[in-house]
Parts: sequence; structure tokens; C-alpha cells
Amino acid sequence: MIPGSFAYHRPASVDEAVALLGQFGEDGKVLAGGHSLIPMMKLRLATPEHLIDINGIGELKGIREEGGQLRIGAAATQADILASDLLANTCPLLPEAAALIADPQIRYCGTLGGNVANGDPGNDMPAVMMALAAIYALRGPGGAREVAARDFYHGTFDTALAENELLTEIRIPTPAPGHGASYQKMKRKVGDYATAAAAAVLSFDGDRCASAAVTLTNVGEAAIFVTEAGDALVGTAVDDTAVAEAAARAMALAAPVSDLRGPAEYRTQMAGEMARRAIRTAAARAKGG
Amino acid sequence: MAEKTKISLTVNGNAVEAEIEPRTLLIHFLREHLNLTGAHIGCETSHCGACTVDLDGRSVKSCTVFAVQANGGELLTVEGMAAGGELHPLQQAFVDQHGLQCGYCTPGMLVRAYRLLQETPNPTDDEIRWGLSGNLCRCTGYQNIVKAVRQAADELGQKEAAE
Repeated sequence: MIPGSFAYHRPASVDEAVALLGQFGEDGKVLAGGHSLIPMMKLRLATPEHLIDINGIGELKGIREEGGQLRIGAAATQADILASDLLANTCPLLPEAAALIADPQIRYCGTLGGNVANGDPGNDMPAVMMALAAIYALRGPGGAREVAARDFYHGTFDTALAENELLTEIRIPTPAPGHGASYQKMKRKVGDYATAAAAAVLSFDGDRCASAAVTLTNVGEAAIFVTEAGDALVGTAVDDTAVAEAAARAMALAAPVSDLRGPAEYRTQMAGEMARRAIRTAAARAKGG
Repeated sequence: MAEKTKISLTVNGNAVEAEIEPRTLLIHFLREHLNLTGAHIGCETSHCGACTVDLDGRSVKSCTVFAVQANGGELLTVEGMAAGGELHPLQQAFVDQHGLQCGYCTPGMLVRAYRLLQETPNPTDDEIRWGLSGNLCRCTGYQNIVKAVRQAADELGQKEAAE
């Protein structure tokens, strides 16, 4: 299992990285944590001629709050997310999800940017980002642009990111104090992708749900934002009837394939169960539970 | 033949310089270029943790890192754990507690447990299991590995208190 030959580049700045991407086009690949790309290269399913290692770019590493947004550099690792006091205090959904990704060694390497930009439906962070209404900051030869996470995913390994663009930052509107969120993932073992997983982010006005976002992981060609499930919760007390209706709507959009994680029917049911658990847990947390 | 890249790094306290192909994986560099065969090749797919080494204060699976990525870095392998002819307390604890049978996973377990105790000097059993969840052992059922890490944590804690 030895990868094909490539030339290695380690730019020191985003400008330099973007220039290299522009220069190499489809022959160039960005190396972030490497735990999706390097296995593909070892199997020769990916044979880039140029690898552009972005781990030497300090400006891609930070986690900070600015202008009402949590701003996370694309090369921040899952371990960085778990170690961040800012995220623990303002957006605990992120470390909760990061802790369910892979294992300790891989979390030291794996980056948030790689997890969200790769386009693998098995990755956990796309659904989390959609639930949080995150925005992705992209840089290419033509300049910078922003794409909402909810508009970013077109299909399996098919995203809004152009070949010559680099994801530089993930921008999350800082959730209001009192919000409640949860990510529930069913997996067979540590390090596995989800059999099914769901994120829920809720806010309340008194005892009524004021806003709700529900998303699903690994039960379709990409993460799924279930608009209808949120609609089923807003205005309710998130009682059993509302939760059941929201979960039914989530299951209606789930379209998993049958694989080693189970038949499609089973994985659809588990998507519903993860949605129920995520919604109930998020509601309890919003109410201070 | 692809062009070679020069790298320099510190391995177990020793300065190392080499010319390698960029595609050389860190595990192959260690085993074949430096003759450090402590880190093992297990699954080759970043699941088993047998190839775990410590790079710049992080446990990494060296089958899924290129050696060029370690350029300028500080690397610790199981060969660097014993000091002055004495086993590291973790190594002695694996002996005392029978924390291994076939031994294939042991170098990875030791190096990973080393970083775990750096970050969490007095872990609970749950934290030990969580911290070692990226390392598979097919012999022991993990019980004695957890006991060994517990013993080493206690011993290192006592040493620190005495100093």
C-alpha cells in the first residue's frame, strides 16, 4: 500500500496555497489532516501529482469569536475543537460531535475543514454545520466568497468548492445563550462512520419552540437539512406528538443504501430514532436540563 | 524516480537527516530507513494503532502520515521510552500487569498511553479506555492494559509528588 509519486508543497500562506492550486488545477490536491486523502492515495484511488500541505499556514489554525460569529480556521483539528474553552462555552455541539469522530490519534490530525469540504456523506460535521447555519469562506484565484453550508453539498464528493479554491474558514453565527443542541450518532464501534446520525439545534420563547433545525448524517448522498422537521417543532412545546412528527419527516427524506451497517429500512428507522434523541436532548438542554 | 526531498527531524532525541521520496510514509521511513522497527505495521488503514508514534506532542498513526510532514518535528517512538537502561514506568507496568500477550499492539499502546498520561496524569479507567480507543488489542481484552496504565499513572504521580 504505497501511494503514487507526487511533488510536495508546503506553502506558508493562504495566498501561496491558492496560487499553487491555480497553477496545478486538477493535478493538485490539498493535504490537511490527510486521513481521507492518504488512504485513498494508498489504494491508488487518488493519484495527485502535486500535494499542497496547508498545515504550515498559521492563519488557518485559529478559533475565535468576531462580529457575532465563531470563526474556525479550516486547518483547526478535531482535537483543537475539543480543547477550545470558547467552543465549550458558546457552542458545545461542536465538541460533542468532534468527540464522536474517529479516535484520539485521528482527531489530532483530522481537520474541521477537511471534514466539511471533502463531501463524504459519512463525515459528521456537514450535518452539524447545516444545523448551525454555518457559512464557509472560500478563496480562489478570483478572490474570496462565502457559501452557506446548507447550499454547499450537491452530492457524494460533489460540493460547491471549485478545484482551484481553498476553504479557509468556517463561520458560525454564535448561538444565542439558552439555545439547546445535540448530535446523536449510532455507530458500530469507535472510528466507524454513522449507521445514522442526527443533529438538532433548538431555541425557545417561554415554553414554545422559537426556532428548530434538524439534520441527518450518512443516510443519503450528502448530509440532509430537514426543513420540514424544524417546521414541525416551531410553535410547539416539543412534546411527544411534535417530536414524532419531526422524526417521521426526517425519515421521509432519509435515503440510505443497504450496506455493512444494515439494510436501508433499518438505517432509515435509526435515522428517525437519532432525530428523536437529538431533538429531545436539545430541548432538555435548552430548558436547562 | 520522483525527486527526493531533504528532511531533518529529531527522533528519540537524536538529530536525523535524510533524503526521501515525498510519498514515503512515516512508518516506512522509521522501519526501513532508520531501522526503528518498534512501531508495527498492522492494518495499514489507520484503524489498529500498532504504528502509533508521538510527533510534536500528538499521537499519530504513522501509516497515514508522510515522512515529509515530520520535517522539522520531534518524534518519539517506543525505542525512545526507556532511559538509562531502565524501562519507562509504563513499560514496567505492562510487564507487571501482563498488559500484553502476543505483543504486536504493545509499542503503539505504550506510545499512545505516554501521551495520554502527559495530557491526563491521573485518568479514570473510563478516560484510559477512551484515550486508548484508537489502539486495538486482539489478545488481552484490554483489562490488563487498563490496569497497567493505571499502575504507571500512580507511579508517575508519586514520583512527581516526591520531587
